[in-house]
Amino acid sequence: MSVDLATVKRVARLARIAVTEEDANRMVGELNGIINFVEQLSEVDVTGVEPMTSVTPMDMRKRADAVTDGDKADDIVANAPTTDHNFFLVPKVVE
Amino acid sequence: MTELTSLTIAEAREKLEAREFTSVELTEAYLSAIDAANSVFNAYVAVTPEKALDMAKASDARRASGQVGALEGIPLGIKDLFATRDVHTQACSHILDGFLPKYESTVTQNLWDDGAVMLGKLNMDEFAMGSSNETSHYGAVINPWRANGSNQQLVPGGSSGGSAAAVSAFLCAGATATDTGGSIRQPAAFTGIVGIKPTYGRCSRWGTVAFASSLDQAGPIARDVRDAAIMLRSMASVDAKDTTSVDLPVPDYEASLGQSLKGMKIGIPKEYRVEGMPEEIEKLWAQGIAWLKDAGAEIVDITLPHTKYALPAYYIVAPAEASSNLARYDGVRYGLRVDGKDIVDMYEKTRAAGFGTEVKRRIMIGTYVLSAGYYDAYYLQAQKVRTLIKRDFEVVFDAGVDAILTPATPSSAFGIADEDLASDPVKMYLNDIFTVTVNMAGLPGIAVPAGLDAKGLPLGLQLIGKPFEEETLFRTAYVIEQAAGRFTPAKWW
Repeated sequence: MSVDLATVKRVARLARIAVTEEDANRMVGELNGIINFVEQLSEVDVTGVEPMTSVTPMDMRKRADAVTDGDKADDIVANAPTTDHNFFLVPKVVE
Repeated sequence: MTELTSLTIAEAREKLEAREFTSVELTEAYLSAIDAANSVFNAYVAVTPEKALDMAKASDARRASGQVGALEGIPLGIKDLFATRDVHTQACSHILDGFLPKYESTVTQNLWDDGAVMLGKLNMDEFAMGSSNETSHYGAVINPWRANGSNQQLVPGGSSGGSAAAVSAFLCAGATATDTGGSIRQPAAFTGIVGIKPTYGRCSRWGTVAFASSLDQAGPIARDVRDAAIMLRSMASVDAKDTTSVDLPVPDYEASLGQSLKGMKIGIPKEYRVEGMPEEIEKLWAQGIAWLKDAGAEIVDITLPHTKYALPAYYIVAPAEASSNLARYDGVRYGLRVDGKDIVDMYEKTRAAGFGTEVKRRIMIGTYVLSAGYYDAYYLQAQKVRTLIKRDFEVVFDAGVDAILTPATPSSAFGIADEDLASDPVKMYLNDIFTVTVNMAGLPGIAVPAGLDAKGLPLGLQLIGKPFEEETLFRTAYVIEQAAGRFTPAKWW
């Protein structure tokens, strides 16, 4: 499989990264280089092999379904570029 | 005061206890060393002198009242990936401009609870993506080591390049670091010091900026094996805030130093003898084998047949997880925002301006391999190969091997702005060829300096252990350290 300019632009859109024509053209070569490198995995016989989901076998720890944190709205918005009354402000989404 | 900064953590601990100097004096010595030399190395991206002196004063007061933690009064550097309350935490990315967390990572909190002092935040590759520390928004870090008779600037390795340079240049007593594919072990090897990536789950990941969550693990970079053992004991803990942290007692790693290797079986994997590997690395490896044999260990040849697939599988799994983890940087909740004509335009412009080239490249790869139609061919295949890589190790350990000895890196430190590496991302990725298998299998690995190459640059050996058997690694690495001696760069700065 190889990546073309249209694919690079589509993936950049999915990743929400603006790319210039020049960036996109450069990325075609770079991404193909990496894709060609990882392509060798297809030669591995994985018949009957389970995909790894966790490196160490462990049971998910559980805890009581109780509130253990909160009441820190000021802290949560403290680093936001723009806020108003503890809300994050974003450009208008709904017309 | 310069001699204070040359002490190991163990030595400083003893002298602090003997009241030969105070933590404030030790901290001041490090702060003046940083003041004098940080402009040369660019190891720290933020120095916190007031906080350091406050912490040192508090430590001296605790000691006076008889309260002495395991790292009481010891000044440390912290990789910029760890959240430190109200202190610069940006993973050395432009996209986290101005971010001052309102919380503390579990690993750093553990260190402060044990009495350590924070000197500041250390440079690193942006979001820990790199093997040379050159992807940092704050610029490259300079390795304190230079080749004989040369003044060419060398990289300290990455991604924990600031940690490695600061420890090696005596700008902190020890440093925190993280390792997703080799980011502790490769820089430790490039700067002639010790770094351990513990078993996945040994240290809490809470409050550590996420890169690839199934691979990321924190660990120390220190001047010698004993210091690494002291630091890891404090860093490791089970944590209710990270469900992948493991509820196992944290051993006194230091106690394993000096124990005999008699009856121990060390595996030598033939797959790590790679094409084009410099002869000196081959020689160093043979030397390491001889040292362990002399110490009473039995050496056995082993095979880890899927080794060559670890790096390609890593370059699917890690970018895939990164593309998901880094989706949170959207210009809304923290860091940089670049205004746009609508919300999507704002996201795209913010991320285009905020992420560097390597980070964008990995997000793009990750997005591609997870996208519709490619998931099975790439991501699922890579996760299956990962199962096979782990199985290779299990087979060897089940056969009685206690630890595996390999080179740490395929070369010694290379030059800043190496054109050959810059033009081909895959070439740079090959730096992690010996270290990445360990992350894929979730195992512990330690890099310990073992010698110098013909250019006079340090080379390291790596020991790989069974899950949660870091003690075996410390014990074995200590034998190598005793035989090889310690390595200090000739001071040119």
